Amino acid sequence: MRFPSAVRLIALLCGLTLAAQAQDLSSFEKRITTKVLPNGLTLIICERPEAPVFSYFTIVDAGDANDPGGQSGLAHMFEHLAFKGTKDIGTTDYAAEEVALDKVEQAYAAYDEEYRKRVGRDEAKLKQLHAAFEQAQAEAQKYVIPNQFTEIAEANGATGLNAQTSLDDTQYYWSMPSNRLQLWAYMESDRIANPVPREFYKERDVVMEERRMRTDSNPIGRMVEQFLATAYVAHPYHRPGVGWMSELSQITATEADAFHKKYYVPSNMVIAVVGDVKAEEAMPVLEKYFGAIPTGPKPEEMSTVEPPQTAEKYVILKEQSQPLYLEGYHKPDYRDPDDAVYDAIQDIFSNGRTSRLYRSLVRDQQIAAEAEGFSGFPGDKYPGLFAFFAVPNPGHTPQEMRTAIHKEIDKLKTTDVSDDELTMFKTRARADLLRGLGNNQGLAEQLAIYQLRYGDWRELFNQLKKIDAVTKADIRRVANKTFVDTNRTYAMVEFQPPASQAAQQSQGGGR
Amino acid sequence: MNRIFFTKKHTAEKTLHHRAHRGFSAFLLTLVLVASGFASYAQQTQPWKQIPIPPLHPFHPEQPKRIELKNGLVILLEEDHELPFINGFIDMRGGSRDEPAGKTGLIELYGDAWRTSGTTSKDGDALDDLLEAKAAKVETGGDVDSTSVSWSCMTKDEDMVFGIVVDLLEHPAFKQDKLMLAKQQAAAGIIRRNDDASAIASREAARLVYGKDSPYTRLPELSTIKAVTLDDLKQWHDKTIVPNNMIIGVEGDFDSAKMEKALRDAFEGLPRGTPWPKPTGEFPGPKHGAYIVDKTDVNQSNVYIVGLGTLRNNPDYFALSVMNEVFSGGFGSRLFQDVRTKQGLAYAVGGGFGADYDHPGIFRVVAGTKSATTTKAAQSMLAEISDLKTKPFTEDELKRAKDEVLNSFIFNYDSKEKVLAAAAKFEFYGYPADFLQKYRDGVEHVTTADLERVAKKYIDTSKLAVLVVGNQQEFGTPLTELGLGAPQPIDISIPGAPQQGPGAPGGNEGEQ
Repeated sequence: MRFPSAVRLIALLCGLTLAAQAQDLSSFEKRITTKVLPNGLTLIICERPEAPVFSYFTIVDAGDANDPGGQSGLAHMFEHLAFKGTKDIGTTDYAAEEVALDKVEQAYAAYDEEYRKRVGRDEAKLKQLHAAFEQAQAEAQKYVIPNQFTEIAEANGATGLNAQTSLDDTQYYWSMPSNRLQLWAYMESDRIANPVPREFYKERDVVMEERRMRTDSNPIGRMVEQFLATAYVAHPYHRPGVGWMSELSQITATEADAFHKKYYVPSNMVIAVVGDVKAEEAMPVLEKYFGAIPTGPKPEEMSTVEPPQTAEKYVILKEQSQPLYLEGYHKPDYRDPDDAVYDAIQDIFSNGRTSRLYRSLVRDQQIAAEAEGFSGFPGDKYPGLFAFFAVPNPGHTPQEMRTAIHKEIDKLKTTDVSDDELTMFKTRARADLLRGLGNNQGLAEQLAIYQLRYGDWRELFNQLKKIDAVTKADIRRVANKTFVDTNRTYAMVEFQPPASQAAQQSQGGGR
Repeated sequence: MNRIFFTKKHTAEKTLHHRAHRGFSAFLLTLVLVASGFASYAQQTQPWKQIPIPPLHPFHPEQPKRIELKNGLVILLEEDHELPFINGFIDMRGGSRDEPAGKTGLIELYGDAWRTSGTTSKDGDALDDLLEAKAAKVETGGDVDSTSVSWSCMTKDEDMVFGIVVDLLEHPAFKQDKLMLAKQQAAAGIIRRNDDASAIASREAARLVYGKDSPYTRLPELSTIKAVTLDDLKQWHDKTIVPNNMIIGVEGDFDSAKMEKALRDAFEGLPRGTPWPKPTGEFPGPKHGAYIVDKTDVNQSNVYIVGLGTLRNNPDYFALSVMNEVFSGGFGSRLFQDVRTKQGLAYAVGGGFGADYDHPGIFRVVAGTKSATTTKAAQSMLAEISDLKTKPFTEDELKRAKDEVLNSFIFNYDSKEKVLAAAAKFEFYGYPADFLQKYRDGVEHVTTADLERVAKKYIDTSKLAVLVVGNQQEFGTPLTELGLGAPQPIDISIPGAPQQGPGAPGGNEGEQ
């Protein structure tokens, strides 16, 4: 997932005088309790007693950008593992299972060592080692109660249960009736502290299917993967979050365990709960369970910084699907003082039928079915891209998209945006923030993300000041700084008929 | 971006998945108990069972205020003062299943061009400027059985925004240039409809069930959208803006008495019209067999097993819902446990015996698996379906399924928006206002004998079709192993589409 751009979250009610009380910072100050536990974990409770339910959101400050070399896809693979149960949940006998799982790892390591041999690999031995690995898995499987963790959650009314991993971070969430708060605190803290790598290698097969679905078998997925691999040379934003197939297919439970030890430390996480909960009753319960997670050092920050791009780059994919166009420009991360300026450009270029790209490419020139620009792709924790995406109408080419988008960018560099456009951006940002406050899950997400990203959930509201400060001159300055040829990477999908059809046509076959 | 299981996509992804989605959000997942079932496990200590679950706070959300005007218009009002917003909708009976076959796509074009054309006094572009400046929305749209106008605005802008809604209903402009634009967009969608394998599979599976020419599944083509004229839009509008075929719902920060007055003032004068006819149609279900769409640019097959489903007013609906929960409802369900957890054959897996409000739904079981395991996955899915009739439902399965439905039941009405949406749906389809309560009671009373009975009555593998969209050369084990004969190829070519992609003749499909 993309960090919901400041635009969406930002808004506060500064300028507007609104009758209702539930939406300003001071009202949230009263309803929100924050506590940093001795082990370093930050908990947020927000009281919103509209209905006897609650939602939670756990965010771990580690995503697939943190995957070690050769192990792309590991953060996401671990996320799947976090649903496999704990030392108590999902097993008939953990003591025996632990021994069996160790044997699985040993058997896999022996197989893997032979498999990776560049010279002198013994195929017969490999087969034997694989059989031993399968046997070890079957032994371990005897202790498994499959999917018991999620079954307990779902049988207790968990709704919207899911998790997702981006390059930036990993997120877990669901909603439940409020009388299950203690049960949830037990389950969530247990899986953070005590995940067990059961059924790991079958789950790896499942994740490989996820890659086939999202990337390999989808023309847009294929384009995005090649685009990012082209746009970044050093920073891990160049890699697909799900992992390269070769690396994903060789990830081990031992590696997942090391990732967990390093990144799933309490000081690297924020958990927010929103709903029909009373902080004074709930906080002690949460402290009891989450306080038991062993502490650990906060992982070191990444050293890699993407070097400045010095020449335009591109990738052209010949596909048997209709043409597409995508381009991107490197921009700073979310902490940059100009972050809100990028949000303004995104809004003015892309938000609805008043947006410049819609009016120019879709409505007036009628060359595109869809066109937009957006900030922070594929993430914004580290310097991401400001990207433009266009879907050509029948009979129109990616090249025409490119020309038309550049014309709009040039206009942004040379002419001020109008007062109406700038005001519209600020008004919509405010309204969007407000609209987001009426939903437990959405609110839990925002509070957790802002607490993690800025060290204070109040920044969710304070962002509006940055939005309000954006000027026309800022927009021109940032556009001139960012949207330059040498900072650009683009990808095109061009149509090419499938081989069989092409052969028919070249023989004068046709249809 | 990557998730533990497949549901609707998030914003950024959505952006980059233009027309590539086809939500699996509707079908969830499943579980099978390996070996002899879950109760037989002698488990170690189970700390979660010691955790107290106090009674849930009583919660009886207020039902919307229902007002029926003399001309038959039904109004539902739900006050909600948490935030300073008002959201509303007006639904009109009649949708794409009612459009003429030769003009398939009419409702989509109508839903687009109605709003973008604007009104006789303010064109659509001016409305965009006016509304967006207030962070407000007024949108129109078309669906299979209805069209709608909806709005959302801050409380202080309600008068202005509602004025636009009424103006759109009473004085729509329907302009040629906006119809052309809508046709452009529709043509782009038609030309691109075979780019994504999962979209092809979802679409063609439904066409196998309802028939390729069925009003529910026929496709807009370049020729049928070309046939739609401005007069068609105007006639549709005049035919459907009839108060006794309309439902209005408003939710948010308003005073019901004042809102009622505003709505009465606006609509009481509309004359009653012909009631919209009840839907009819034949639903024979698919022709038993295997079907294939060969797609050479994928390494994963979309496997769909489909048959005819049922209606929600079927007395067996509650038992079927519980059966679905056992079969495919969540991680613990038979299908999920087998195909995903036990065999690792798929990431996206799900389905269920579908039920619609006023016509039979689709029985659909779906998985995405690598090309080489296509036949194996299809066999496993078919075996799970057959097992519904032969493998006894256990008390544990029944309890788990009921717990899942009943303990999460509050999420059917935990917000005012949901309460209003449910009430409007029941009103639209003529279901009792307390249908949710009836559903809850019905589920509570389902027994394993009921499950056995409905499985025997409704599950018939000889009436199912198996569709695979995938790269046939890489299947390894051929689909003929399913025992359904040679897979029949489905022609998905797009009539009138340019063969070479862009640059070839055939651009500007929207031109008449």
